[in-house]
Amino acid sequence: MTRSRLGTALLVLGVLALIALPLVLDGGTSEFAGTDATAAELAEEQGAQPWFESVFSPSSAEVESGLFALQAALGGGVLGYVLGRLRGRRLAERSREDGGS
Amino acid sequence: MHIAEGFLPVTHAVGWTLAAAPFVVHGARQVVTEVRERPENTLLLGAAGAFTFVLSAVKLPSFTGSSSHPTGTGAGAVLFRPPVMALLGTIVLLFQALLLAHGGLTTLGANAFAMAVVGPWAGYGAYRLVRRLGGGLLPGVFAAMAVADLATYVTTAGQLALALPDAETGVPGALVKFLSVFALTQVPLAVGEGLLGVLLFRALTVNARPELERLGLLAAAPEPTR
Repeated sequence: MTRSRLGTALLVLGVLALIALPLVLDGGTSEFAGTDATAAELAEEQGAQPWFESVFSPSSAEVESGLFALQAALGGGVLGYVLGRLRGRRLAERSREDGGS
Repeated sequence: MHIAEGFLPVTHAVGWTLAAAPFVVHGARQVVTEVRERPENTLLLGAAGAFTFVLSAVKLPSFTGSSSHPTGTGAGAVLFRPPVMALLGTIVLLFQALLLAHGGLTTLGANAFAMAVVGPWAGYGAYRLVRRLGGGLLPGVFAAMAVADLATYVTTAGQLALALPDAETGVPGALVKFLSVFALTQVPLAVGEGLLGVLLFRALTVNARPELERLGLLAAAPEPTR
């Protein structure tokens, strides 16, 4: 394994650990409620009076999670496309140079 | 960091919209200029937008027993400077306000100001500081990602505190309360986001070296490394 690959693996492991450790260490006591929702509850305790409703609300948690997945998929798809093209370009340049010399 | 639809008083909603609007308009102009004058950067511009799109869609658990999402605005701020992210971040927020009932149209201004203006500028500032202190590109990117993330959430807490001061302790008291919801939860996420940014830029330094050199992020190498 090259040093660069090792670095990548460690970085990925670090990210995974940061996500997994809270769940493991917690042992099922917390609900992991979203901070945005918690802040909205706190805002209502502080006297916020919502005066406008969302123009469109996903009708169920399933629909909502699907739309969030769509957002992530769009982003991930574009990101993967760009990185793939850039990598393809570099490999093509390299083989051209190798062929030319 | 999404303030829910309708939760800000009308005056605050209008105020934040007016505050964010010039940044977003300027950002839109910058994006158009970038695409027109440097079309070779369009791919990277797409990557910067896509990165925010993914990261702000994913809610991750944190050590505080609650979960939150990263913002991903630091990468674009480093690549193309913060104004570009004012537009890209606002597009993300608009998507979520319209389709996900996450955030809202009346709070779009405030949310854009936090995530698309303050976050990217704070992250870019952190990046410049690290580079000036002699740090390399990757440490700079890590700082930019983490600081942009944290600054966004601190700004949101401030906006909520200003709009909803505590009955007894006023704005400072409310700020402490809202920060207790956001800040600590966000720290591990900001670190994780920093690591993701480093991963992205490692891939870019290998595969998009000419672009990064043109953007002034990397010194031009005399001979490309194999």
